[in-house]
Amino acid sequence: MADDKPRLEDLAAADEERLLDKPTGLWRGAWRRLLRRKGGVIGLFIIGLMVLVALLAPLIAPYDPNEVLIGKEDVVKRGDPCVHLFGCDSEKPQHIMGVDGNVRDQFSRVVYGSRVSLSVGFSTVLVAFTVGATLGAVAGFWGGWLDNVIMRIMDVVLGFPSLLLAIAIVADLGRGIRNTLLAIAIVSIPVYARVMRSSVLAIRELDYVAASRALGASKMRILVTRVMPNALTPLVVIGTLGIATAILDMAAFGFLGLGAQPPAAEWGSMLASERNQVFSAPHLVFFPGLAIMITVLGFNLLGDGLRDALDPSLAD
Amino acid sequence: MAQYVARRLLLAIPVLFGILIVTFMLARLIPGDPCRSILGEKATAEACERFAELKGLNKPLPTQLGIYMTDVLQGDFGDSIRFSRPVTQILVERLPLTIELATGALFLAILIGVPLGILSAMKHNSATDVATMVFANVGVSMPVFWLGLMLIYVFAAQLGWLPPSGRLSAGLISVPFYEVWGWTIQEGSVWFRPFEFFSNFFIFNSLITGDWEVFFDAIKHLILPAIALSTIPMAIMARMTRSSLLDVLGREYVRTARAKGAHERRVVVRHALRNALLPVVTITGLQMGALLSGAVLTETVFGLAGAGTMLFEAITARDFPIIQGFTVIIAAGYVVINLLVDVSYAYLDPRIRLE
Repeated sequence: MADDKPRLEDLAAADEERLLDKPTGLWRGAWRRLLRRKGGVIGLFIIGLMVLVALLAPLIAPYDPNEVLIGKEDVVKRGDPCVHLFGCDSEKPQHIMGVDGNVRDQFSRVVYGSRVSLSVGFSTVLVAFTVGATLGAVAGFWGGWLDNVIMRIMDVVLGFPSLLLAIAIVADLGRGIRNTLLAIAIVSIPVYARVMRSSVLAIRELDYVAASRALGASKMRILVTRVMPNALTPLVVIGTLGIATAILDMAAFGFLGLGAQPPAAEWGSMLASERNQVFSAPHLVFFPGLAIMITVLGFNLLGDGLRDALDPSLAD
Repeated sequence: MAQYVARRLLLAIPVLFGILIVTFMLARLIPGDPCRSILGEKATAEACERFAELKGLNKPLPTQLGIYMTDVLQGDFGDSIRFSRPVTQILVERLPLTIELATGALFLAILIGVPLGILSAMKHNSATDVATMVFANVGVSMPVFWLGLMLIYVFAAQLGWLPPSGRLSAGLISVPFYEVWGWTIQEGSVWFRPFEFFSNFFIFNSLITGDWEVFFDAIKHLILPAIALSTIPMAIMARMTRSSLLDVLGREYVRTARAKGAHERRVVVRHALRNALLPVVTITGLQMGALLSGAVLTETVFGLAGAGTMLFEAITARDFPIIQGFTVIIAAGYVVINLLVDVSYAYLDPRIRLE
């Protein structure tokens, strides 16, 4: 969370930089400010941890996520968690998050699930960001009828509850991770387009853009090399928060049976397939949901931290 | 004021017409075939032709739109393709539950979220502040369906305080108020559907008929779903109230109020809060869409047959009349809520004139 008053350290650091006459770029300064925010650091830590878990999944997970253990080990269907450290009989095989309804190791599935969620989060935002930012930049820079057409279409898309619109798109394209990813990306395009357009509108009036124009730079060149890089700042924040939303939405789709299909190890669908067992085997519902929450929390914290760091005037 | 409200309501008519047309077009522009999604992937071409003829889907689009508009003006949203029942009837059955749920959730969100935000701004950077903001961050990061299931586990399975699902306990029936009062209404009468609609608000219905057993049972069933649905709006409101109040507390006139010796509580309540609540009111209006998306998940988790699950099923089955009917009603709800938001602006900030 943001501090509203400039901190003494911030001011001192800024003074020092000025005195030493050391030019600091926007991003370097932002990085430093981010590291001074508790929330941002916790967010970075969570995301770093999750990325590590996803990358090292085969090393961390004790079992293959789809390996059915029946007949191989002394385990029962939907067995309780067994952690040797917490007094579970050391004769028994260790399953720290228990065994699921198909007698698979829940911990391994949760670990592998991070791969799905993170890649979906990143790629959804990548698609939405690229398309949205381009549309917004074109609309803001060229203006006129093009602006009107693009932005009115965006308004229509924004006018619908996003989850329902995404459901409609998935209903159309068919179930599965890839189509869900596309649907979530499509419904989030307008947000990026709007933000990009408004920052382009502000930037194209600035003096250095006028200078480029006076030097005879082409419109395209001005847009790509002068306007867009500077308009990206607010989009980075929206994008980070967007990853959080995308992961939540993906899980919701998995839960509704539209997203990842069994036997994929995806948190939302893992939760959905065991939701009727919440009375008898709550651990099978608890852990996937906890994983979703922690990951989403990481991106939300980082997004908030970045916003404060990139533009102190936006701080809440 | 009355004139302003009347004018705004009149202005809503063209907006609703626009929404009607856009929903109609969108429902059909998206590729996909209602016939195959209802009769099955392997339906023959003849079967589909006959299906289209029966449901009026073989007519040109403008004709379909014309027929649809005329019907809607007469209060007829057509028949569901899947259930062959009037959409209006389905709305009457399903919508009250979702409105009860969303109202309950919004009520909780405001009742808890706003005071938390105020507390946190007044004790800026204290432990209370940090705790509230941790809660707010966790709140927006929580999957609604997971929270719902965890609430069921704790409060229904473990503690046994509240029922895990459904609207009423087995054996209990909410008798419509018009039957309790012995009114006889013909099924074809214009009053029948509105009466049935209001009687389907179980809490309202049992309250006016004095059926306390049903009243408390219905409330008990609503608590867990309402909590699950309220977390995200509650977290957003707490954050919004906090940041907006912090902003206002830094203004000159607040300093003046403090300088003249007003008690801190008086400064906040009398001077700062009014201005600080403006953005919070705006956010409340914008939460409608989020509440509706959340209702789909909450109703699924708690086994509630509401408008959210209905709309979800209709979208996946391409049941156009239901999608259209529900969307138009929801859009009408948006218009009314935004009107309420605008009216409350004028109340909170007298500088804003309703003209």
